Amino acid sequence: MTSSAEAVEGLGTLEELQRRSHPVRAVVALIIGFVGLIFAIGLSISFGAADISLSTVWAAVFHFSPDLTAHQIIRDIRLPRVLGAALVGGCFAVAGAIMQGMTRNPLADSGLLGLNSGAAFMLAVCFAFFPGLPYMYLILWSFVGAGLGVLIVYGIGSLAKGGLTPMRLVLAGAAVSALLGALGEGIALYYRIGQDLAFWYAGGVSGTKWYHLQILSPWILVAMIGALILSRSITLLSLGEEIAIGLGQRTAVIKVWGMVVVLILAGAAVSVVGAVGFVGLIIPHLTRYIVGHDYRWIISCSLVYGALLVVLADLAARTINPPYEAPIGAIIAFIGVPFFLYLARKGGKEL
Amino acid sequence: MSHNSFLTASQQKARKKNFFILSILVVLIVITFVISMNTGVIKLTPMEVIRTLFGQGDAQQQLILYEFRLPRIIIAVLVGMGLAVSGAILQGISKNALADPGILGINAGAGLAVMLFISFFPATTAAPVYLLPVLAFVGAGFTAIVIYTLSYKRHEGITPMRLLLTGIAVAAGISSAMIVLTLRLSPENYQFVATWLAGSIWGSNWKFVFSLLPWLLILFPFVYAKSRVLNILNLGDLTAVGLGASIEKERRWLLAASVGLAGASVSVSGGIGFVGLIGPHLARQLVGAKHQFLLPASALVGGLLVLMADTIGRSILEPSEIPAGIVVAVLGAPYFLYLLARIKE
Repeated sequence: MTSSAEAVEGLGTLEELQRRSHPVRAVVALIIGFVGLIFAIGLSISFGAADISLSTVWAAVFHFSPDLTAHQIIRDIRLPRVLGAALVGGCFAVAGAIMQGMTRNPLADSGLLGLNSGAAFMLAVCFAFFPGLPYMYLILWSFVGAGLGVLIVYGIGSLAKGGLTPMRLVLAGAAVSALLGALGEGIALYYRIGQDLAFWYAGGVSGTKWYHLQILSPWILVAMIGALILSRSITLLSLGEEIAIGLGQRTAVIKVWGMVVVLILAGAAVSVVGAVGFVGLIIPHLTRYIVGHDYRWIISCSLVYGALLVVLADLAARTINPPYEAPIGAIIAFIGVPFFLYLARKGGKEL
Repeated sequence: MSHNSFLTASQQKARKKNFFILSILVVLIVITFVISMNTGVIKLTPMEVIRTLFGQGDAQQQLILYEFRLPRIIIAVLVGMGLAVSGAILQGISKNALADPGILGINAGAGLAVMLFISFFPATTAAPVYLLPVLAFVGAGFTAIVIYTLSYKRHEGITPMRLLLTGIAVAAGISSAMIVLTLRLSPENYQFVATWLAGSIWGSNWKFVFSLLPWLLILFPFVYAKSRVLNILNLGDLTAVGLGASIEKERRWLLAASVGLAGASVSVSGGIGFVGLIGPHLARQLVGAKHQFLLPASALVGGLLVLMADTIGRSILEPSEIPAGIVVAVLGAPYFLYLLARIKE
């Protein structure tokens, strides 16, 4: 049972929370982010081996004529690719935001916590033992793998004396990633599928096809709606477990559903792009800085800005050294590593 | 030691016990050596090994023993020793039971340097082997300096937690740089590099033994001579300052030695992680926390571990090989998680 004093204290924090959230800024940020995203998508479609003007892009999307090669390139190659990038970015960022809110851990991110490596490991298994498995089943295995990764990390973290500290989660995540990575590598070396997997581990959306998006989008849509429904409860949970209970939240239920949403989002994203880290770390921090501590705003802004980041990263990946493509994962790591270092230096006190 | 004569009876008993444990470890390495000889495509029985060692074997047996198995086994043991002692030093100077050259990103730095070299001078063009440990040392040293600088804060110095987090981040950055490099390689070179990165004892010939050995021969005695310093550092900075040790200077020297050992080992073995973590831990369970015994015990446990991993990797899926690094990671990661669950922060 919770005492009334705690509930009152909770209400106090709730008021402070409302003071610390900035809905106006959030709406402005959402609009700017959305416009930026549309612009980045247009830029990304027009840029590539064959340069296509923005007006042609507009025409190809809204007045498609199958006789024009440029229109076909846009429809069949560039559009699914850029939409894939946007979806993946949104998924990683929202997954990261939910994890950070639920665990109150500023370093939480699907890459650092073993989800990505779990999904990647499962996919290595599928590539080696069931080559030619339809994409629909690959995604399901990717969810299972992500679940496996997070189960081990959380299991270890919560078994530990003193509970789940940021440090402990990161260390457990690093060890689980090493373990699953080693197993995946062993399989890859033995079956000589290493370089196929390497590109995919590195992260790239170049192979995204319409049917990938068709299969993924229902999952992602449901998970995103789930995330928005949970967002208010996550805000309360981010104040602390006791306060959330005091305010009448069923924390265990929220945590379970939150984890399911995270698994679907991260698993789906990994199945397209491979194990890209740091998106889920950077974006929620950025949006929290702008919009304050209300997770309804944090999650919706993370969706837009995560999509923007990965679309831009993909654009950079194609333009840095053509005709080679740099892996997206590496490009994001270049931004993500310094950012993580900065957070680690601050000792993870923010949030 | 001048105060040996003042040892109490119980201390003398502990010393005897520790010497006994060290000799058991040596015996275990010899046994694994014999088993390792007896595995592989062509097996050599213990009798054949002994006959060949005394010059009585036929030409084929001599070839296998001296040109293939023996150098590989020696390298496995040396690499294990180097990594484990490196880990023991890191754990000692950071007072962090979870420190290890792999987790701290030092192995990755050494790997990146070697890999840059391989991608520009492919393995087929007989690379100057002696250069590899130097390169790896430079890479490891550079990474260590980066990590040290990034986790150093004025007035606070280095906290173990910041050191570990920084190491993890730097390792993540380096591995994405390595992925960029691997994608550029031809499929043959890729298979070679991937096997190396996964921690395979690939340099299985005498040249590699002689390129690795000098590093260990110089650094082991140096570190051993610092056992007392390590014991003091383990007590905590305040005590150490009280005892008059200039800790920051000692710490840097020991860190350099640790980097040297890790770098040289990684140059011939690729990314074998977790040995530096598990070796010293098991050793501590066996002989206690005094570095006079902990260091040699770590070396022996580490050597035994990598030799066993290499033997298992060679025999588990014959005729294919599983790199020793993968075997060690599969065994080591669960142990790390177990430690993580048990240790208080």
